[in-house]
Amino acid sequence: MELIIVFAPLLAFLTAGLFGKQIGDAGAQFVTCAGVIIAAFFSVVMFMDVVFDGDTRVITLATWMSSGDFQVNWALRFDQLTAVMLCVINIVSACVHVYSIGYMSHDKAKGRFMAYLSLFTFAMLMLVTSDNLVQLFFGWEGVGLASYLLIGFWNHKDSANKAAVKAFIVNRVGDFGLALGIMATFVVFGTVQFDAIFEQAEEMSALTFDFLGFELHALTTISLLLFMGAVGKSAQLGLHTWLPDAMEGPTPVSALSHAATMVTAGVFLLARFSPVFEYAPFALEVVTVVGACTAFVAATIGLTQFDIKRVIAYSTMSQLGYMFFAIGVSAYGAAIFHLMTHAFFKALLFLGAGSVIHAMSDEQDMRKMGSIWKEIPYTYVMMWIGSLALAGMPFFAGYFSKDIILEAAFAADSKVGMFAFWMGIAAALMTAFYSWRLILMTFHGKPRASKKVMDHLHESPSVMISPLVVLATGALFAGYVFYGGFVGSAHHDTEVHHEVTALGDSHVEEEPVDTFKWDKEHFWGEAIKVLPENDTVEAAHSVPFWVKKLPIVVGLVGIFFAYVVYLWREGLAVKIAAAFAPLHRLFFNKWYFDELYDRIFVTKAWSLGRFFSVRGDRKTIDGFGPDGISSLSMRMGGVFSKFQSGFLFQYAFIMIIGLFALVTWLMYRITLGGY
Amino acid sequence: MSSLSLAYLMPALPEIFMALSGLGLLVVGVFLGNGGTRTISWSVAVSFAVAALLLLGLDWDRIETFNGMFVLDRFTGFMKLFVLVGLITSVMISVRFLYQVQIARFEYPVLMLFAGLGMMIMISANNMLVLYMGLELQSLALYVLAAFRRDQNRAAEAGIKYFILGALASGMLLFGTSMIYGYTGSIDFDVIGQTLANNPVADTGLIVGLVFVLVSMAFKVSAVPFHMWTPDVYEGAPTSVTAFFAIVPKLAAMAILVRVLYGPFMSISADWQQIIWFMAAASLIVSSFAGLAQKNIKRLMAYSSIGNMGYALIGVAAGTQVGVGAVVLYMIIYMIMTAGVFSVILMMRRNGIGAEDIEDLSGLSTNSPLLAAALAILLFSMAGIPPMAGFFGKLLIFNAAVSAGMFNLAVLGVLASVVAAFYYLRIIKVMYFDEAVDPFDQQIAFSKRAVLLLSVLFITLFILKPDALIATSMSAAAALFTG
Repeated sequence: MELIIVFAPLLAFLTAGLFGKQIGDAGAQFVTCAGVIIAAFFSVVMFMDVVFDGDTRVITLATWMSSGDFQVNWALRFDQLTAVMLCVINIVSACVHVYSIGYMSHDKAKGRFMAYLSLFTFAMLMLVTSDNLVQLFFGWEGVGLASYLLIGFWNHKDSANKAAVKAFIVNRVGDFGLALGIMATFVVFGTVQFDAIFEQAEEMSALTFDFLGFELHALTTISLLLFMGAVGKSAQLGLHTWLPDAMEGPTPVSALSHAATMVTAGVFLLARFSPVFEYAPFALEVVTVVGACTAFVAATIGLTQFDIKRVIAYSTMSQLGYMFFAIGVSAYGAAIFHLMTHAFFKALLFLGAGSVIHAMSDEQDMRKMGSIWKEIPYTYVMMWIGSLALAGMPFFAGYFSKDIILEAAFAADSKVGMFAFWMGIAAALMTAFYSWRLILMTFHGKPRASKKVMDHLHESPSVMISPLVVLATGALFAGYVFYGGFVGSAHHDTEVHHEVTALGDSHVEEEPVDTFKWDKEHFWGEAIKVLPENDTVEAAHSVPFWVKKLPIVVGLVGIFFAYVVYLWREGLAVKIAAAFAPLHRLFFNKWYFDELYDRIFVTKAWSLGRFFSVRGDRKTIDGFGPDGISSLSMRMGGVFSKFQSGFLFQYAFIMIIGLFALVTWLMYRITLGGY
Repeated sequence: MSSLSLAYLMPALPEIFMALSGLGLLVVGVFLGNGGTRTISWSVAVSFAVAALLLLGLDWDRIETFNGMFVLDRFTGFMKLFVLVGLITSVMISVRFLYQVQIARFEYPVLMLFAGLGMMIMISANNMLVLYMGLELQSLALYVLAAFRRDQNRAAEAGIKYFILGALASGMLLFGTSMIYGYTGSIDFDVIGQTLANNPVADTGLIVGLVFVLVSMAFKVSAVPFHMWTPDVYEGAPTSVTAFFAIVPKLAAMAILVRVLYGPFMSISADWQQIIWFMAAASLIVSSFAGLAQKNIKRLMAYSSIGNMGYALIGVAAGTQVGVGAVVLYMIIYMIMTAGVFSVILMMRRNGIGAEDIEDLSGLSTNSPLLAAALAILLFSMAGIPPMAGFFGKLLIFNAAVSAGMFNLAVLGVLASVVAAFYYLRIIKVMYFDEAVDPFDQQIAFSKRAVLLLSVLFITLFILKPDALIATSMSAAAALFTG
């Protein structure tokens, strides 16, 4: 079962990738969908096993590397954290696979696309099931590669290629940190196995090591380096610039990789390393601040964008910010909880947006939409559900997870915690606003699309709608059902729920849980470690009433303003933008991050690269090296051939000269050199 | 040992048989006329085979005869055996060719027989004059063969050039012999060796004599700077003759060079090592660079053979038993590879006309993929790329040079092989990546196919059991060091 979960997508990838021609498009679609759906089914079974029966396990498959003390295995680790991630990845991936059949129906390379999706899924599964850092890095790079391939899938588009390269390079910066973190871990702990690291973490908490004359706290250094990797992969402020551009990829990709799974790998990594982070308080503070700033900045940018997918992309980035500052205040459970609910409602939003784009003949600009809700009612409803969940309206998934994060931040009772709380509240306001801005601009108002597009308007086929229904189920119920397990307090009498949403058409399994207690201690087991004094999730249950209700209030306010500005008082938006022109410019231009990086790094790197390639490589190394030597060889060949004049007397002459030279040399040696 | 007893003649039995059958076939040829060329050719091949069997039947422990002028030992026996194999191969691949270019005259195979006889005598020579006699018998036959297509200017020119330069080289050999006789009082290898061993300081005159002898032999193996005839003769002579030139006389000349240096002149090895060193280095450099500029494949093979002689000379220069063993093995592998390559070159005929340019091979891989693959394997082996046999030949040579402390020569050899790899690989590139031209004629003689197949098989399968041949080569080399 364990092997099926991880390797079914790989098998599907290999089949569709290598024999795509033989099995045809339909065959590739079938194989990949079947592979992922099987994996999803078994993931749910595994979730039951691991979470309800506490049956965690590590399966060693083979030795990968063994060199001195350095030992790395191919191993699959199944604990509660992994089980949650498996369900999220495989269910969302299954939905996206099925959805892609419809979405990519006009594409020429369906088989290749499906193969890439399966490859991506496999890499992501490798990442979360790894039981050591090196295998995790393998998965980490694997998703990076698959993401590169998928973003650049429409490789006839120049912008797609550029976005793919950008995503790869920006991620490389983060990966550099992660690689350093892995090396530092090995230096400090002498191993890269998770269990061995976590056991030693406590005793290492006072350790410092010397680096270039600086005394560095070992665990803080490791934590910050790992966080650097997470920043790159999860598009946190600083290394986020690739995420909006990654929307050049087909929409299912955005839903799978850039909303639900890959970008959350950083959150997963940090949660996985909770036993280490717990002993590195400074690193946690950094994580909190970066996360909070990301949540805020991304939300401000989201307010001003017009590309429907970019708005959702910035909202993703913003929500990832929430997850990070949750981790920063030691609310790991809350972060993973939000990760899960977010995966459902954000994938739903993306796929819904894809459905809109599909309906609008590949139009992505919201200024050219409007008044289409009657034509595509199912998509419209789905978008509503997704947006309600995103805005954190009561009883939708996002409400539970976002609230607990904000409460935990408040309950942390520290400066950074409060900072994160208020930034989070501000971001929540803006989130609600731009979500409804998106809905209103897209579906309501006057039609702004060309007549041809409007005539062609059509609801998506059921193969695209049914995955949406599955995800919507998650967006509706995941929060309510899992609240107790992920973040519920053992000391409160929380209701015991025994419903688990699974794959298929809102297929629900009944699971009698008599002995099982549905609270966070039992749920997470050993997978997440929180020091008692840091247990903010516990404290979050007893924050003041206003703190609990504030997110809802600001959410409602945001929605209200959106209605005012975009439906009831049309034209107001332009006036507001004009009134706050500098601010609007800042937001609209994404805080000038791209321009800044372009000025500081990209142009410099280009000119440096050009210097090395033209002056260094082509002119110096090639000129004197390969090219120089080969042209010299050719010239010498010509010279030697000239000796071959064909004249007999010359040949004889050369022979005699050779004879004389040899005799002279030996005579010289005998008379002068002597014996 | 004055009576012509049978035991007296026994060691030279293969040579005596070859001489008699040559005379006999000459008479038969006169009666049959040119129409009997095929018959004579196969008879010659059979003669070679019989000679080889006779040779195998003899006891290879060192034995001298004809008053110590003729010697048979493990080394000479082994080398003569492979010379005979080369001769058989050369005859086999040329029969059809003679008819194709309308030079099917019965003298051709008979001349090869006499050239072979000369080589056999030369290898077994234990006396400077016997050496000269064998060398001349071989050379005179080869001069005629080079000019065999006498109605063609290029062939005639090649023959004349070869003859005049060859005469010059022979003169040098005789002059050198006279100087050696003057300073040692003998032309017998054993006596010369004894005299030099007893006299630790060699006379200058003797050294000069040795240089003259070495130069004449270097001419035969076409080492730089005595190689000038090679490209012109290879290009001008009929292709079958070129193949013969490349395959057999090189082996014989290298054998006698080794015998002379490691026999009578072993005690002054410090002197001749320098000469060989220089010739090896010069051969490597000139052949590898000059080869780059060639367009004619026969001319390219001439430079290739010069380069290969350069590698063999590295082994000779080492002055050790390992070096000689490496030379023996290298020459054998070279001979087999060359036989394969030339059987392909002989197949290069388009509409009945021989194609000789590298460009003519364009797109061979599409027209005749098997032929292209075979040639590619042979060329990879020539370039010394593992796992082909050619790699092991070079490996042993370099190994010998390194263990003799001749690092600079080994390095030079490796560098030259890099440059030379270019012109081998260029042919492969032309075959596989260039636009296909008209296909070659498809009728290919069975014997050529057989030679090509055996050659390719040997080269690819050598790696499976390299020890056998290496051990034999080494034991052949050991024969030079025990006496």
